[in-house]
Amino acid sequence: MFSLYARRQFANKFNLIASLATMLIGLSALAWILWTLLTYGLGGVSLEMFTKSTPPPGSTGGLLNAIVGSLIMTVIATLVGTPIGILAGTYLAEFGQRGWLAPTTRFINDILLSAPSIVIGLFVYEVYVVSTGHFSGWAGAFALSLIVIPVVVRTTENMLKLVPNSLREAAAALGAPHWKVVTMVTWRASKAGILTGILLAIARISGETAPLLFTALNNQFWSTDINAPMANLPVVIFQMAMSPYDDWHKLAWAGALLITTAVLGLSVAARILFRQQSSSH
Amino acid sequence: MKYDFLKVPTSLGNHDNNRPGTNHMSNSLSTHRTRRFRWQDRIFRGATRVFAFIVLALLVGILASLIIGSMPAIHKFGFGFLIDDSWNPVTEKFGALVPIYGTLVTSIIALLIGVPLSFGIAVFLTELSPKWLKRPLGIAIELLAGIPSIIYGMWGLFVFAPLFAEHVQPWLIDKLGPLPVLGPLFQGAPMGIGMLTAGLILALMVVPFIASVMRDVFEIVPPLLKESAYGLGATTWEVVWNIVLPYTKIGVVGSIMLGLGRALGETMAITFVIGNAHQLSTSLMMPGNTISSALANEFTEADGKLYTSALIELGLILFFITFVVLALSKLLLLQLGKHEGKKS
Repeated sequence: MFSLYARRQFANKFNLIASLATMLIGLSALAWILWTLLTYGLGGVSLEMFTKSTPPPGSTGGLLNAIVGSLIMTVIATLVGTPIGILAGTYLAEFGQRGWLAPTTRFINDILLSAPSIVIGLFVYEVYVVSTGHFSGWAGAFALSLIVIPVVVRTTENMLKLVPNSLREAAAALGAPHWKVVTMVTWRASKAGILTGILLAIARISGETAPLLFTALNNQFWSTDINAPMANLPVVIFQMAMSPYDDWHKLAWAGALLITTAVLGLSVAARILFRQQSSSH
Repeated sequence: MKYDFLKVPTSLGNHDNNRPGTNHMSNSLSTHRTRRFRWQDRIFRGATRVFAFIVLALLVGILASLIIGSMPAIHKFGFGFLIDDSWNPVTEKFGALVPIYGTLVTSIIALLIGVPLSFGIAVFLTELSPKWLKRPLGIAIELLAGIPSIIYGMWGLFVFAPLFAEHVQPWLIDKLGPLPVLGPLFQGAPMGIGMLTAGLILALMVVPFIASVMRDVFEIVPPLLKESAYGLGATTWEVVWNIVLPYTKIGVVGSIMLGLGRALGETMAITFVIGNAHQLSTSLMMPGNTISSALANEFTEADGKLYTSALIELGLILFFITFVVLALSKLLLLQLGKHEGKKS
C-alpha cells in the first residue's frame, strides 16, 4: 500500500517537474532568441541604416530602400486586404446563420489562415507576375494582402459575435434597417476588436518573407516604383544573411532586430486593444 | 386608414380634416422608406456575401493556378514524379521524392519534440501556474509564434547550429550511431546544419501553436469532473492523465494536426538550416531539402518551362498535403465543440 502511494506521489512529482521544465525550455528559447537579436542587432544599428540604400557586396550602406519598400507594400496590402476581410467577416457573423456559404467559408478561411505562405507566393507569381511579365511591388503587395484577408476575417467574425444581441435588437426596434444596425451599432461596438485584427494582420505580414521571394523579388537600389521589383526588409535580410560578407551579416542582424521589434510591438499593441475591447462588454 | 375613403375632403384650413391627409402622406412615405431600406439591406447583404465568396474563390484560384502551372511537369513525369529521387536541371529530369521525404522527416522530428513540449507547457499553464503568472506566461509563449520565421532561421544558422555541431552532435554520433536500428539515423559528420537541426528549430516554432490550442481545450474540462477526481484522492498528474486528457483527446489530436500543418509549410527557417542538398540520406545529420526550401531557393533561378513547372508541382503537393492535414485538424476541433455543446 505504501509503495503504491509512494509510486503515485513520485509519478506526480516527476511529471509536474517535467511540465515545469518544458515551460522553462519554452521561456529560455524565447529569451535566447531575443538576446541573440539584441546582441547581434544593436551592433549593426546606426544612422546610416536609415539614410542609405543597400550596399553592393563588400561595402557599407543602409536599409533605407528596403524599409521604404516594406512600408509601401504593407500599406497597400492592408488597404486592399482589410475591407475584404471585414466585409467577409461581417457576412459570417451577421448573415451566416443559415445556408452553406458561411460554414464553408469559415472552414476554408481557417485553413487559409495556416496555409503555407510560400504557396501564396506561387499563386501570385502564376496569376500576376507571369501575365505582366516582370516582378513588381504590386505583386508583393497583392501576395501580402492575401495573407491579411484570413486574419481579418477571423478576428472580425469573433469580435462581432462578442457584441451582445440586445444591442442589435434595440437598434432594430428603433426601426433601423439591418445594414444600419451593422454599420452604426455592431461595427462601432467592436471597433477596438476589429482594429486588433488589423494590427495582428500587419504584424503577420511584416515578417513574411516567403511570399515576397518571387513576387516583389528585391531591388538593390532606391526605388518607389511599385511597378518594378521592390526592395523589402525580409528578403534583403535573407539575402544578406546567406551572403559570405561580414558587413552584410551585421546589417542583416540590424534589420532582423528592426523587424522583430516592429512585429512584437504590433502584437503587444493588438493585445492591449483587445483587452480594452473585452473589458468594455 | 381603411376609413380614409369615408372622409369628405373639406376646406384646407380645417385642422381636423387635414389630419388624415398628413397621416396618409407619412404612411406612404414610411412604406417608401421601408422599401428603400429593404433594398439597401439586400445590397449590403449581397455585398458582404460577395466578399465571403472571394475567400472561397481564393482557395479555388490557388488550386487551379497551381494545377495549371504544373501541367507540363504532370504530363512529362506522371505519377512517377512522386517517387523519383532525381533532380537535375541540366537534363531536365525531376522527381519530388527528396523534398517530400525531407518535408516529412523534419515535420516528424518537429512533432516528436514539439508535442511533449507543448503538452507540458499547456499542463503548466492550466494546472500548475499560479493565477497571476498565467497571463504573462501565456503571452510569452504566444510571442514565440510572433517572431518572424526568418529570425528563427538566422538564429538557427548563426547561433544554434555551431553550438549544436560542437557539443551535441558528436555525442549523438558517438552514443547513438553504433546502435543497431536507430544507428543509421545518427551517423555522419557533425556539420551543424541538416535535417535534425531543421526539425529541432521547427519543433520550437510549432510549440506556441500546439500549446495554445491545447491550453484552450484543457480549459473547457468541467471543473466538476476534475474536482470529483481530486475528491477521490487523485494526484494532479492523475487528473491530467486520466480525466483531462481523455476528455479532450479529440482537441489534442486536432492541435497536433494544426502543428503538423504549420510544420509542413514552414519555409524560411528551414531554408537557412537544412543545407539544401538534393540527396536522399538516412542520416538525420545530413543536409537535405524540403518542398518549401526547394521552392525558396530555386524558384527565381529556375530557367526553362519544365523546371519552373516541376517546382510548381512541388508547391501543389505541399498545398494538397497541408490542406488535408489542416482540414482534419479543423474537423476534429469542430467535433470537440459539438461534443461540448451537448454536454452543457
